[in-house]
Amino acid sequence: MANISKIDRRAEKEKQRAARNRRELIAAGLSRRDMLKMGLLTGAGLLVPMSGLSVRARNSAGHLLYDSGSGSGPSSPPMTPWSQPFTRMTVKQPVATLNPQPSVVPNAGAGEGRTIDHQALALFPPVKYYEVEQRLSNIITHPELDPQPLWGFDGLVPGPLYVERYGRPVLVRNRNNLPANNGGFGKNLVTTHLHNGHTPSESDGNPCDNYGPGKFYDQHYPNVLAGVLSTHQDTGGDLQEAMHTLWYHDHMHDFTSQNVYKGLAGMYLLFNDHDTGDETTGFHLPSFGDGVSDDSNFDVPMLFSDHLYDEDGMIAFDTFNFDGVLGDRFLVNGKVQPVMHVHPRRYRFRWLDAGPSRFYQLFFTDMSNRNQRIKFHQISTDGNLLERPVEVESVRISVAERADVIIDFSKYAGKTLYIENRLEQEDGRGPSGKVVGAGQGNLILKIVVDLPPVADNSVDPATITKFYGLPSKTATPRITRTFNFDRSNGNWTINGRSMDPECQEVRLKVAKNSVEHWVVNNSSGGWQHPAHIHFEEFQFLSINGAPPASTGLVQNGRKDVIRLEHNMTTKTFFRFRDFTGRYPFHCHNVVHEDHAMMLIWEIVDGPGDNKTNP
Amino acid sequence: MRSTRRRTLAALAGVALLCGAAFAHGGREKKRVKTPREKLAERSFPNVVLTTHEGKKVRFYDDLMKDKIVLINFMYVKCEGTCPGTTANLVKVQKLLGPRMGKDIFMYSITLKPEEDTPETLRRYAKAYKVGPGWQFLTGAPADVELLRRKLGFIDRDPARDADKSNHIGMLRWGNEPLTLWAGCPGSLAPEKIVKEIGLVDWPKAEGAKGGDR
Repeated sequence: MANISKIDRRAEKEKQRAARNRRELIAAGLSRRDMLKMGLLTGAGLLVPMSGLSVRARNSAGHLLYDSGSGSGPSSPPMTPWSQPFTRMTVKQPVATLNPQPSVVPNAGAGEGRTIDHQALALFPPVKYYEVEQRLSNIITHPELDPQPLWGFDGLVPGPLYVERYGRPVLVRNRNNLPANNGGFGKNLVTTHLHNGHTPSESDGNPCDNYGPGKFYDQHYPNVLAGVLSTHQDTGGDLQEAMHTLWYHDHMHDFTSQNVYKGLAGMYLLFNDHDTGDETTGFHLPSFGDGVSDDSNFDVPMLFSDHLYDEDGMIAFDTFNFDGVLGDRFLVNGKVQPVMHVHPRRYRFRWLDAGPSRFYQLFFTDMSNRNQRIKFHQISTDGNLLERPVEVESVRISVAERADVIIDFSKYAGKTLYIENRLEQEDGRGPSGKVVGAGQGNLILKIVVDLPPVADNSVDPATITKFYGLPSKTATPRITRTFNFDRSNGNWTINGRSMDPECQEVRLKVAKNSVEHWVVNNSSGGWQHPAHIHFEEFQFLSINGAPPASTGLVQNGRKDVIRLEHNMTTKTFFRFRDFTGRYPFHCHNVVHEDHAMMLIWEIVDGPGDNKTNP
Repeated sequence: MRSTRRRTLAALAGVALLCGAAFAHGGREKKRVKTPREKLAERSFPNVVLTTHEGKKVRFYDDLMKDKIVLINFMYVKCEGTCPGTTANLVKVQKLLGPRMGKDIFMYSITLKPEEDTPETLRRYAKAYKVGPGWQFLTGAPADVELLRRKLGFIDRDPARDADKSNHIGMLRWGNEPLTLWAGCPGSLAPEKIVKEIGLVDWPKAEGAKGGDR
């Protein structure tokens, strides 16, 4: 507690110093023009903040302020942390039938907004049907605030959790019931992307496959392994390409950042005979159970987001920002700084950075013993199991990246730990790279290890020597292409060009089932970009010329987001199996994406093109 | 006199009581919360005075933004980078927008060099590009124009890069003020596509009309 008041006092001093500066400037009779010329417009809140919304979640030295909740945070109104329970996502329930029945050809007469035939519906007939609607919902994100007018799948934020299994295809009838009145930001044209499903293009949530209110769109998720129709037909696909932690979110061109921030996001889990969801079988990873009970669910998806609230405690979004927006209130599963109670045993947490722009480096912190470095195991990157678990002290995730971790709370029975973000970030351009000390970051989730001891039939990840193994990446590529992520006059570009908002320009065509190397570089200088390629996972061949890290900030797994840090160069190994059609490649700092840092590429049955700098 | 004075005192006391009562209620009375539209205007559209290339003085929010669909960019007359291309593009956009220009859709090009670009300079620039009605080139007091630039987000967070006007932001901001719908696109986008983009923030169509891009 002494530490909190020390930081409060520091914040108070900052405020007083800023106020004193302002008084001195006014007393000196400086005109605004003079202050402009003197470069006095930046810094600890002097004069006007940029773009009308400031997120000064730091002191003038650039250190993140510990959010004691007493109001030392600058922009959102004060709100008391640890004043609401952590909530697990609602498990999505299927329906027996869909009426009208789904069809390969879009049912325009019934109001379907899809315009392209399902390419694999007969090959992988659905065994499960879902109906989901996107609608306005007034949701409490913090008990001291009024309900927030958010947009949610089934009115929930995060949306419902899909719990699926490989080999069991599903079809989701996705309705748009969003209002015309957007409450300040957001656009009621939607297209839902399952990130990063091995999904036929017409069900993938292409930015231009959007549809308006009153319409629906049937999305077919075959839940198949890559290679199922190509390299691994005999085994129903390549088991080494299994993916387990996915998420879904809106992907409307120009409005993705607004719509996702407004709540249109949720998660999607894929189990199989190895990652079974039952800790007594397969890899013996902590059980998913019923997904909701403290006593049976030890596999917990956690969606991280950051919000900004205005002077009335209403959620706000800066639509006049090209760089990226940061919030100063930290949410997990849609609640600001909640409290979770756990049993003293192993848990699997599936961490997702849902953006819009912030990067995280997550640690477990014991605030009463901050020198303690709490270790845990990372088992996957972007939802894909690593070769074997890796013991780590932290995990860094940029927007859209996922990390599954296993933490053993038996060592902390009776204690309280926090999930803390220690990656310093001052604005939407990207983190500074500085990792602050324990307790000086953003405390996001309070975990109290006070539930009674229960049986733990999961295995210690330290004893797991192998998951699936990583697919080979030695095959010769048909072509090597280069993509430079850059900025030109404030305009976000890939190879010097921005997205065609009508998605008509296809920048490159790859041959179905071929192999390519993609060199993806960040030449934008002061910005970082989580670059995301739809459809198949890739592996790094190199990052800045060196093999991808297998320890620390682990990168040597299968991934679908390239975390392009400053001036980074990367080389990646890609396949494009089983399906054809258009897919996007874009920056997942969704503010950049909306200002056109995206391109459309296509998988074709024919030979593919030879554009090395598409 | 005394009775008048007593009445006056009583009246004053009554007023005081009323005021007291008002204060007591004032604490519990709910302040009217501003609408999202009002908050957005307060935050991002400072009502500064600008001068158009036709020499007219206007207030940014009241006269240029309120109730309108707008397309905004920043430029300066001597710019040899993106401005010529963007302006030429916007000339075509203006033509494509046809009769809606100046009716409910407005275009604004705001100078990045208000010290250099006077209304007369801008007038000549507009004339050279054959700019039609409904599209204003704007300048003003440097502090006001700078405030606007920052509020609309046409900034670079690196101060050195921000000071270099020759590499300024070449994006377009477009939106529907009353519907609080805002987005952006590169100024180099093809004019037909810019028009389509603006369509995304157009007034809602009548019932039964098709939504979406398709």
